[in-house]
Amino acid sequence: MLAHVTTFTIDGLSSRRITVEVDLRRGLPAFTIVGRGDAAVRESRERVQTALVNAGFDFPQRRITVNLAPAHLRKVGPGFDLATACGVLVASEQLPAAALERWAVFGELSLGGELRHCRGVLSVAEGARGAGIAGLIVPRECAREAALVDGLEVAGVTHLQDVAAILRGEPPPELPLAAAQPSAAGAEPDLADVRGHAAAISALTIAAAGAHNILLSGPPGTGKTMLARRTISILPPLTRGEAIAVTRIHSIAGRHVGDELVRQRPFRAPHHTISPAGLVGGGSLPQPGEATLAHHGILFLDELSEFSRPALEALRQPLEDGVVAIVRGQHTVRFPTRFQLIASTNPCPCGMAGDDRCRCSEADIARHRRKLSGPLLDRMDLLVHMPRPEADELERAVGTPSHEVRASVLEARERQAHRLAGTGLTTNAELTPRLLRELVRADGAATTLLRLAYARGTLSARGHGRILRVARTIADLEGSPRVRAHHVGTALGLREEQVLEGAVAA
Amino acid sequence: MIACERCLRRTALVARLAPHVERARHERRRLRELLALSDHELIAALAGERRGAIAREHEAFDAARAREHLDAASIEAVCRHDERYPLRLLQADDAPAVLHVAGDAGRLEMLAAPDAPAVAIVGARRAGADGLQVAHALGRGLAAAGVTVISGMALGVDSAAHAGALEVGGPTVTVLASGADVPYPASKRSLHRELVRTQAAVSEMPPGFKPFRWCFPARNRTIAGLASMTIVVEATERSGSLITADLAQGLGRAVGAVPGPVTGPRCAGSNALLRDGALVIRNAQDALDEALGIGVATAMTGRRPDELKPALRGLLRRVEDGHDTVSALAATPAEAQHALAGLSELELLGFLRRGPGGRYLRLL
Repeated sequence: MLAHVTTFTIDGLSSRRITVEVDLRRGLPAFTIVGRGDAAVRESRERVQTALVNAGFDFPQRRITVNLAPAHLRKVGPGFDLATACGVLVASEQLPAAALERWAVFGELSLGGELRHCRGVLSVAEGARGAGIAGLIVPRECAREAALVDGLEVAGVTHLQDVAAILRGEPPPELPLAAAQPSAAGAEPDLADVRGHAAAISALTIAAAGAHNILLSGPPGTGKTMLARRTISILPPLTRGEAIAVTRIHSIAGRHVGDELVRQRPFRAPHHTISPAGLVGGGSLPQPGEATLAHHGILFLDELSEFSRPALEALRQPLEDGVVAIVRGQHTVRFPTRFQLIASTNPCPCGMAGDDRCRCSEADIARHRRKLSGPLLDRMDLLVHMPRPEADELERAVGTPSHEVRASVLEARERQAHRLAGTGLTTNAELTPRLLRELVRADGAATTLLRLAYARGTLSARGHGRILRVARTIADLEGSPRVRAHHVGTALGLREEQVLEGAVAA
Repeated sequence: MIACERCLRRTALVARLAPHVERARHERRRLRELLALSDHELIAALAGERRGAIAREHEAFDAARAREHLDAASIEAVCRHDERYPLRLLQADDAPAVLHVAGDAGRLEMLAAPDAPAVAIVGARRAGADGLQVAHALGRGLAAAGVTVISGMALGVDSAAHAGALEVGGPTVTVLASGADVPYPASKRSLHRELVRTQAAVSEMPPGFKPFRWCFPARNRTIAGLASMTIVVEATERSGSLITADLAQGLGRAVGAVPGPVTGPRCAGSNALLRDGALVIRNAQDALDEALGIGVATAMTGRRPDELKPALRGLLRRVEDGHDTVSALAATPAEAQHALAGLSELELLGFLRRGPGGRYLRLL
């Protein structure tokens, strides 16, 4: 007899419907799985056979053929275990076939018949709803993740016997209760812990408000990483749509612990030895890279000049388009990469720039900057210097707590969204030159200042647009409808471009 | 008047023998003595086995073709028999036969008179922020008073001096070891472009010439010869700038040096010059007093702080007192934004410059 079971496989960040066909017929006992499965799928035979017996079912001593359709798609992972087991049970008439029309199943089996946690359950649930399937049976640990999808009945089960019960028509168990959420306050590092660094905090606030990429420059040990980590706490909270996108990615990458929606923006700080594929995603079956894991969050590149050139080059497309396309043969996978970039660097090879102890020549510094420049420096709207704090700065009172800063960031974001309504953009960092001309109004004094900066060679033509974007964000933080001179002044003080003495005329 | 055939022939010979000069230098032959030799002596001294061939080539030199080359490269040639050739340079017996000028030959003509004011500013390639700032200020102050700033467009002090002079529209003349149309070092090509556009680049070598090592000390003798005074800004004990100072002294010209910290090796050479009696140069005014006579010209100091708004004046004073980073000036993020705005304004008004490591430097 022939049985059909519906399950899903992960493809990039979405899932594809797979029909598991199980056929039993007379002959020498055999168990074959066809349909382009990987090693985990082939090993699934042993797991399914043992699990069925240990769960108290009969394993039919017949010739069993399992087909995973469609046959052209490569199938990965242990998620077919449950579907195969159900197929065998239905085909051997230990379970009724009718229930399989309303339920899809997804899960890995242990040898004892328990269901194990699987990656990518959220995508599977979305796929099930998209395919018009009424219910989805998943391991109990992943049930709440699957239940994030509306309009889909989710059954979270712990054992193969429970699956059999549901398929016989018994009501599915209640969803597990949410695990107690650790209170959000206290868990996140807070800006209130930071002493000194007034300039860096104001720059990071501007960066957070306008979604600008920012470069922190300073000697090692001044707190660049510490501040970058705290930027998460002043960014607006994730919207539901963003949270689902983040959860989906992290679930597929196997980084999603717990069973709930991710509530915190991701912060990814890959080590500088990372490969291009590690950064933007890759592999013969494409897996998301750090840029995708930082989607809707922060990608922090510490010691930017130490990253390999190919890795930084690879970041160019994700930075510009907010998406990376990975092409493998006839197959293309797209991973979203809308992250905010925070990078840090030494000001010069010895790290002492500006200090009398610095032994770096103009040529050394030029070489250092050349290593940085190219694809990424162009995309940095802000640069803030973080010199070693003076002793008296460390004794100063603690800073403003993150939630207060976040409130002003949120207000600034609302003003931007209001101004950009109808353009499809939401933040100042995305302003195109045309929109800059149309939407950003500078008053007379601000225009004079910009002209002066341009005439003195302090500003290049490309730098001009960046200054205006940043000045617009500063004005938004202040609630000023027009860009005024001191906004431009502050933006100029945080400009990325560095004009070397010898290059004044250049 | 166009450079005479004899001088062009001499130039072609020196360029032809350039690799031989390089070799002779390894054998510790004195560059000055070599360059003071007549054409035939030079061939005899350097060409070795190829003596005959090079001598024949020398005889067959085609001046008309050389002039075509110069025209094609838009280079003007001023030979030592030309009245535009700087008189001061002729005092040296190894003076270049021809000065090739890219850009405005008028800049060189300004130096033709024996008392034309011209100051050479030379110093370390690996100069510190202070040294660069002083060189820039000297270049600017001297040029603004009409004194021609002469230097070699090397990294560091040389380029900073040129840049300072360019800021006020010159006059400045760069003396290159390569051909006048070849930017060397290549990283200074935009500075070279600007110098050729509004000022002048000078070289004794024909257009397109790529420099050998010996060309740099040779170029230094031209710098020393052109200037009435040579100022060393930063020099270590074995710096090439000291060669320039030596040459200037040999020609009886004034030599000055900017004092530097005595704690490190960076200014050891320039400080040693001061110990040996060089003039102490603290700013453009000191240099002007020496080059033109005391009280003849007042160095331009830009806008005075008392014209500033009180808030900016206060900020400037705090920077002068050593609070030279935003972090040192501001305790809260709001203050930091305010300070940044003020610092940018002071920067655009020419009082400050954002230096390495985010430190603001007071411009002289």
